[in-house]
Amino acid sequence: MTSRRDVLKATAMAAGAALAPRLATAQASGARVIVVGGGFAGATCARWLKRLDARLSVTLVEANDTFIACPFSNGVIAGLRTLEQQRFGYAALGREGVALIFSAATAIDPGGRSVTLADGQRLACDRLVLAPGIAINWGALPGYTPQAAERLPHAWQAGAQTLLLRRQLEAMPDGGVVIMSAPANPFRCPPGPYERASLIAHYLKANKPKSKLILLDAKDAFSKQRLFQSAWTTLYPGLIEWVGLSAGGKVTSVDAASSTLITDFARHTAAVANVIPPQKAARIAELAGVADRTGWCPVEPMSFESTLQPGVHVIGDAAIMGAMPKSAFAANAQAKVCAAAIIARLGGRTPPEPRLINTCYSLVAPDYGISIAGVYRPANGRLADIPGAGGVSPLDADGAVRAQEAQLAEGWFRTITAEVFG
Amino acid sequence: MSSVLVNAPRSARRGDVIEIKTLILHPMESGFRAGANGTLIPRDIIERFTCAYNGVEVFRLALSPAIAANPFIAFSTVATETGTLVLRWTGDNGFAVEETLSIAVE
Repeated sequence: MTSRRDVLKATAMAAGAALAPRLATAQASGARVIVVGGGFAGATCARWLKRLDARLSVTLVEANDTFIACPFSNGVIAGLRTLEQQRFGYAALGREGVALIFSAATAIDPGGRSVTLADGQRLACDRLVLAPGIAINWGALPGYTPQAAERLPHAWQAGAQTLLLRRQLEAMPDGGVVIMSAPANPFRCPPGPYERASLIAHYLKANKPKSKLILLDAKDAFSKQRLFQSAWTTLYPGLIEWVGLSAGGKVTSVDAASSTLITDFARHTAAVANVIPPQKAARIAELAGVADRTGWCPVEPMSFESTLQPGVHVIGDAAIMGAMPKSAFAANAQAKVCAAAIIARLGGRTPPEPRLINTCYSLVAPDYGISIAGVYRPANGRLADIPGAGGVSPLDADGAVRAQEAQLAEGWFRTITAEVFG
Repeated sequence: MSSVLVNAPRSARRGDVIEIKTLILHPMESGFRAGANGTLIPRDIIERFTCAYNGVEVFRLALSPAIAANPFIAFSTVATETGTLVLRWTGDNGFAVEETLSIAVE
């Protein structure tokens, strides 16, 4: 049976073959690659393209001149860190020869031949990488609008929203109920809602001991679930109530005016509400025609070239990466594979089959860390988990192991941010 | 925790269309899956859901093996008179759960 995807793939290969001679010529004088989006995926990709082939002309298009990292931003919400510690600049990329353009990309040519900027300027390129990250899927949760998010923050894109949720928690009287909602898969940072619930509980336990937290979930299972739930029993008994899908936890609408989260079976009115809403690939992915009906971007697993728009690569949270989760480390790994594959293609070579690693730490308390790791390879047109190659923290570890993992988590953040932005 | 969640109005005006939402915990084992030793796991599903309004059946649903675990069923009916709604789930292995709701109609 020939699927639509096979047809698109065949088309993609035909187009690639037709373009090969032109690109080979382009490379002799330095092929032009544009990377749109300067998060963990895009900044890594731009940097590694230049490192792997100094003759390339590499341009990074990013709307903001400062990046605010999501990993560890739950610590800002809990008062353990400042937002300043989450900020990173692009000067190091500039020093390595990446051209930096701080402007929003507003349009992409079919086939990724050019990028239009907010001021109307068009940049031509031989190869395009989109790393735009996520957008909140406004409309997927009735009542949750950009205005509602000013009252019920999502804090799922780090920055002003993170600080808003922090201020609301600080202002909440002791005894107030915090209500969070977590979306169905897929979404950015699968363990993120549970780390956040943990660290908010840590804050409440020390500062608002009469308060509690209810986490309404559209799923019955989540990342590192047994580790989180075991830690909650130990560290925060009676403080966190998790309500899964089969217990009626799926939030179906919100009423911002009354800070109420509504499920099919109950209404939950919060003192502070944190709605982590359904998400999709950022808008530029839709405009470029690389997002499908799911809202995310299908890619082939060798170079992350779009299966919908040949010539455009999509990496990071916006892409559908099979078994690989949407995380900073995954984005960083995909970016390196993508950079190497683009250089191989420009040189007329076939990219080698990649192996990708993801590691992800979560803090349940400042001195209590847990982790998960996975290794992935292309199989049947998608990235598949290599069984037995990853692992999670042991369920029965003692406090010393948890404290050590918390230290490793700090090291993880310092290392990845230094590698990408330092 | 109860194995059933129900959301239905306690009162309504005569002629109102009312929505009734239910969720029941059940594995809905399809009968097509192989277990660890390679043999098929026996089918265990809810086969039938009914709602009787003062003894008159107003909604019936036949469930199939393709329906996922913990079926969520929502339906609507017309509020005609004060009385009871009896929700009943029945299935394999003698599965039978009944919930009775009262509704005041004015």
